[in-house]
Amino acid sequence: MTEKLVVIGAGMASGRMLEQLFEAAPGRFDVTLFGAEPRGNYNRIMLSPVLAGEKTYEAIVTHDGAWYDSHGVTCRFGETVTRIDRAARVVHSAGGTTPYDRLVIATGSAPFIIPVAGRDLPGVMAFRDYDDVQAMVAAAARPEARAVVIGGGLLGLEAAAALRLRGMDVVVLHLMGHLMERQLDPAAGYLLQRDLERRGIRIHCKAQTKAILGEGRAEAVLLEDGTIYPADIVVMAVGIRPEVRIATDARLQVERGIVVDDRMQTSDPAILAIGECVEHRNVCYGLVAPLYDMARVAARTLVGEEAAFRPVETATQLKVTGVSLYSAGDFADAPDREEIVLRDAGAGIYKRLVLKDNRILGAVLYGETADGGWFFDLLRKGADVSAMRDTLIFGQGCQGGAPLDPTAAVAALADDAEICGCNGVCKGKITGAIVARGLTTLDEVRAHTKASASCGSCTGLVEQLMTLTLGDRYNPAAVQPICGCTPLGHDDVRRLIKARRLKTIPAVMQELEWKTSCGCAKCRPALNYYLVCDWPDEYADDYQSRFVNERLHANIQKDGTYSVVPRMWGGVTNARELRAIADVVDHFQIPTVKVTGGQRIDMLGVRKEDLPAVWAALGEAGFISGHAYAKGLRTVKTCVGTDWCRFGTQDSTGFGIRIEKFMWGSWTPAKLKLGVSGCPRNCAEATCKDIGVICVDSGYEIHFAGAAGLDIKGTEVLTLVHTEDEALEHIVALTQMYREQARYLERIYKWAKRVGVDEIRRQIVGDADRRRAYFDRFVFSQRFAQVDPWSERVSGKDKHEFRPMAAIGFPVAAE
Amino acid sequence: MSWIAIGSIDDIPARGARCVVTPQGRIAVFRTAEDGFFAIDDHCPHKNGPLAQGIVHGNAVTCPLHGWVISLETGEAQGADDGAVRTYALKVEDGRLYISSDAIARRAA
Ligand code: SRM
Ligand SMILES: Cc1cc2nc3c(=O)[nH]c(=O)nc-3n(C[C@H](O)[C@H](O)[C@H](O)COP(=O)(O)OP(=O)(O)OC[C@H]3O[C@@H](n4cnc5c(N)ncnc54)[C@H](O)[C@@H]3O)c2cc1C
Ligand code: SF4
Ligand code: FES
Repeated sequence: MTEKLVVIGAGMASGRMLEQLFEAAPGRFDVTLFGAEPRGNYNRIMLSPVLAGEKTYEAIVTHDGAWYDSHGVTCRFGETVTRIDRAARVVHSAGGTTPYDRLVIATGSAPFIIPVAGRDLPGVMAFRDYDDVQAMVAAAARPEARAVVIGGGLLGLEAAAALRLRGMDVVVLHLMGHLMERQLDPAAGYLLQRDLERRGIRIHCKAQTKAILGEGRAEAVLLEDGTIYPADIVVMAVGIRPEVRIATDARLQVERGIVVDDRMQTSDPAILAIGECVEHRNVCYGLVAPLYDMARVAARTLVGEEAAFRPVETATQLKVTGVSLYSAGDFADAPDREEIVLRDAGAGIYKRLVLKDNRILGAVLYGETADGGWFFDLLRKGADVSAMRDTLIFGQGCQGGAPLDPTAAVAALADDAEICGCNGVCKGKITGAIVARGLTTLDEVRAHTKASASCGSCTGLVEQLMTLTLGDRYNPAAVQPICGCTPLGHDDVRRLIKARRLKTIPAVMQELEWKTSCGCAKCRPALNYYLVCDWPDEYADDYQSRFVNERLHANIQKDGTYSVVPRMWGGVTNARELRAIADVVDHFQIPTVKVTGGQRIDMLGVRKEDLPAVWAALGEAGFISGHAYAKGLRTVKTCVGTDWCRFGTQDSTGFGIRIEKFMWGSWTPAKLKLGVSGCPRNCAEATCKDIGVICVDSGYEIHFAGAAGLDIKGTEVLTLVHTEDEALEHIVALTQMYREQARYLERIYKWAKRVGVDEIRRQIVGDADRRRAYFDRFVFSQRFAQVDPWSERVSGKDKHEFRPMAAIGFPVAAE
Repeated sequence: MSWIAIGSIDDIPARGARCVVTPQGRIAVFRTAEDGFFAIDDHCPHKNGPLAQGIVHGNAVTCPLHGWVISLETGEAQGADDGAVRTYALKVEDGRLYISSDAIARRAA
């Protein structure tokens, strides 16, 4: 019979425990998972890069709906457990009572809010969950917004750096004499402070907060010394306390945390507890590595296996891009301790080891942290370092005379040396999995071992292990093949298509020795694009190598119907067009009409058989395809500009329409979206587009390489030009350069990152001849590309696509 | 086994597919690069994607909705995915295509 397992808290520890539990005993437990947050398990430690805009929330979700479904987990997210009734073995929540046979408490911890006046004002927030992140992101979006972060520890500094990256004015208030005093000594704290100040963050140490001031919401922070810092938000990051309330109420044994034994059992044998809410042998933990260990032990305990949690040393890294800092162990001064220090002021490097009886007790590294793992390993093992004392501080590379290459350094690590701190994965486990399962890519290693799958700071080490184990078979810099059909990468294929003048897909496959007879769904669309781009006049587009949307010129929907989006130049329309759309919708009984995010109208739910007739009717009103399905020019968003707006500096609407009319129909490596705003207020959101224009009094500022989909990134400025003609030439030339160089499905911002923004500026802005040549090639290709695919099909092209081949088995009369 | 005529082989482009409609639903008829002909239900075992709209490669098709690869020979999902669609016998005679009569009797059977 299945046992009822109730888990309170959908956090990092419980997610890991459930994984291990389902692996060990699939189907044994019927699991109900409560989470106070309105979402499932995610990688909390990556909230910092999400706040900084370097990652999206979706990218840090660790368990999704499909995962819970497949393991039969009943999810009760957004539901707080308010009481445990141990006698009745039920938990209480807003949804009623839920019975359990076994219960796991994994409630994490709650941010500590210092008890000063004003702490309850709106605008005062913590940094603990995704709601906090969303609140901070919203605040940072306001122009000239100011943040005061209280707390100069790990969390506070990650918040401060991220908010600064989002453009806020940031002040950090720290009670102690230097930053991160629990992990850093004063010298490293000073270097860190200097680096953060260089980024424009103000730091005030020995700052004692007296009150948060404001009427109706936080407006400023007042210090005991009378200093006042104005603030739109106040982020409290002064510490955490284990979230033990329900355990205390249930009269479990609770000290600072919920007391557990080595098997993670609380004082009630039916109840386990794991994560930050527990206390084990008088210690509470606040980093994930030990919590994952607890998760493993708890899973074993639940299935009745022996396992024991042992106290561990933890190491800390600050996740602020561009700052390297590593600290582990204990580095307080004491009479019986010695220290070794290395400073390189010019390079901003500082390293300090604290030794006692020839064993490492603590390590602080700033500026260069590659040896952190090695020192940490020596520390945890209590290794005698007397033989290498003189060179110890220079790191592992300097042991044994000649400097070793980094791979050799990794080779020298023992099999039980820890590589991934977050997930507690040692070297032997990684190399073992690589060999046993034949892993050859970093992603595979992540999937099978979890190494480098959390904060990612050990990625370099994992890659070195792969090089070591696989030799030539792994080369991180090596080209990724397009797909399993060829060892060649995109760039080589593009080069060879031109060099050997290959003009059909079979020719490419023959000459470049494809391993499959006719490719696959990955390589064929790529090859088709490369050939369309390189031989616009000669290549015959291969529709069977196009994804259905591009073959049918409509977007397939989940129920197999299609959507139809006509072009609405620059987002401008009129009564006649709208009337035509209304008539089409009525006539074909189209179920949904929606204004898209691209300033035009989408008709959804059209049957495939009806597409040609719908297009014919739209065509009569002058509409052509909006290519909403294409790896090609999509939309050019505009604002009202000088036509109407009191701030408009140029005719942004007219220019946007001109660009769209010039560029429609062109195929590009990935979709291409443009925007033209009439002034820097930027109502057309041009600065997150693939290419954007901001009109200013003196002309047109051309932007590119923005992103606002899976990734979010502001644009780079290409240049400022004075006339519309020049602006068009630059935009078109840039597009052609991208068409010729990028890899299939690579958006412009990814391509720009790869080839370098400066290189693009050099070719497009700095070299007028080259710009002209790109422009001319684009214009040439448009002669063949600017054909409305809808009217072609209305005229009979690809007729077979739209009707079934035969109808069989129906009574004859029904035909 | 009896056969039902459904059209000419030229109705289907190489590496392409067409549908046959039956009272029980759609059947996708495929033609591979090497002129192999196959008929399978036009409903992906994942979430009902219309397989006839996918990209055909080798003796397989990639579903247009989420990219499962389905073998045209066995109807089974390839790789890590699990699931299968029903296949139907086809025969070619003098350039004409015929489908097995189970195509219309399938629910009853
Ligand atoms: C219709 C629309 C949503 C809406 O109702 O507003 C839409 C609908 C789809 N988007 Fe979008 N996107 C729409 C605007 C956007 C925007 C906003 C914009 O264009 O201003 C974005 C963010 C900007 C960007 O392009 O990155 C956007 C980012 C995406 C992405 C993420 C792309 C990325 O590289 O980050 C995808 C997925 C992809 O392309 O692989 C996507 C994919 C899709 C697909 C094609 C999903 C699919 O493969 O079936 C949806 C098709 C629905 C359909 O059949 O119409 N859609 N999509 C919008 C159509 C705009 C238009 O008029 O053409
Ligand atoms: C921004 C940030 C950055 C961090 N960076 C690092 C890092 O780089 N390295 C590192 O090792 N650690 C880092 N940490 C710490 C790490 O995230 C925590 O140690 C870890 O998440 C704790 O896991 P947990 O499962 O114990 O608790 P949590 O992940 O906090 O999960 C507990 C969950 O239980 C829910 N809950 C609480 N009470 C109830 C109730 N009564 N009913 C229902 N649900 C309840 C909570 O809402 C929460 O979702 C960071 C933390 C933050 C916030
Ligand atoms: S965001 Fe875009 S891709 Fe996602 S569901 Fe909406 S329309 Fe579809
Ligand atoms: S429906 Fe076919 S892959 Fe999802």
